[in-house]
Amino acid sequence: MKAPPLPLLLTWAALLALLAMTLGLAYVPMPGPMNVVLALGISVAKALLVLALFMKLFRAPTLTRAAAAAGLFWLAILFALSATDYLTRKVEHVGDLPAPTGSEHQPGNR
Amino acid sequence: MSDAPVIPRPEPQYATAEQQAETASFGMWVFLATEVLFFGGMLLAYTWLRATYPDGVAEAGRHTKIVIGSVNTLVLLTSSFTMAWAVHAAEHGRRKALTRLLAVTAFLGLLFLGLKGYEYHKEWTEHLVPGLNFHEDSVHAQTIELFYFLYFLLTGIHGIHVTIGIGLIAVMAVRARRGAFNSHYYTPVEVTGLYWHFVDIVWIFLYPLIYLVGRSGP
Repeated sequence: MKAPPLPLLLTWAALLALLAMTLGLAYVPMPGPMNVVLALGISVAKALLVLALFMKLFRAPTLTRAAAAAGLFWLAILFALSATDYLTRKVEHVGDLPAPTGSEHQPGNR
Repeated sequence: MSDAPVIPRPEPQYATAEQQAETASFGMWVFLATEVLFFGGMLLAYTWLRATYPDGVAEAGRHTKIVIGSVNTLVLLTSSFTMAWAVHAAEHGRRKALTRLLAVTAFLGLLFLGLKGYEYHKEWTEHLVPGLNFHEDSVHAQTIELFYFLYFLLTGIHGIHVTIGIGLIAVMAVRARRGAFNSHYYTPVEVTGLYWHFVDIVWIFLYPLIYLVGRSGP
C-alpha cells in the first residue's frame, strides 16, 4: 500500500495535536468562561480541518457549500431565538404561597 | 485492476456522470444539514443546563471517564483519516488499498463502540444511569442526573450513527473488493465518507462538552 497523501497525513497529525492541547488546557484553571471558550475554539478548528481537507467542502460546488451553510444558519436560528426566551427571563421571588389544597376553585371561594 | 475501467452511463435524468455524482454528494450534504439540527436540539438543552446550573454540570463532568473518552476521540479522528485516505485510493482506482482502508475504518468504528460499551458498563456499576440505576449523594444530585440523561441521549444517538456508518463502510468494503468502483466511479465511497466525517465532527464537539467540563475545578 502506498503512503498516504501528505495533506491528509498532516491533517491527522494536526487533529491529534489539537486533541492533546484541548485535553491539557482543560486542567488549567482559567478566569471566567475561558476554559469552555478555548475548548470550543479548538473544536471549531478541528471541525474546520475535517470539513476542508477530509470532506473537501471548500472545493465543492456552490450549491453543496450552500447546503452546509444552511445547516449552520438554522442552528444559529435555533440558538438565537431560544436565547430571546432564556436570556430575558426574570425570576422574581413572590414570597411563600400556601400549598394548594384542591378547593381553590369551588363555588363561593373566589 | 486487470479489467478495463467501466465508465458508468448516467441515469436518464442527468446530463453527465459528473452531474450525477455532484447531485449525490449534494443530497448527502442536505441530509447532514438536517442532522446538524437533530443534534442541535440536544445541544441547546445541554447549553441551558450548563448555563443554569454551572456547578452541578462541572461536578457531573468530573464523573465522566476521561481516559476512555480521550482514547475514543483519538480512535474516531484516526478513522476519519483512514476514510479520507480510502476516498483518495478510490480516486486513483487502487482497489486493494481501498478495500483495506475501508476495513480499517470499520474496525476503528467497532473499537469506538466497544470502548463506549465498556464506559456504559462502568457508569452502570457507579449508579450513574438516570431512570434505571441512579444514586448520587451530592447536593447537585438532580443536576448530575439531568447531565447524565443528556449524556446517554447524545452519546446513544451518536452511537447509533456510528453503527450505521460501520454498516455502510462494510458494504463499501465488500463492493470495493468485488471491483464495483474505479477511478471514474466511486461516488458511493465518497458519500459514505461524508457521513462518517460528519459523525466524527459531532464527536469533536461532544468531547469537550461531556468530558472536559469541570476538569479545572476542585
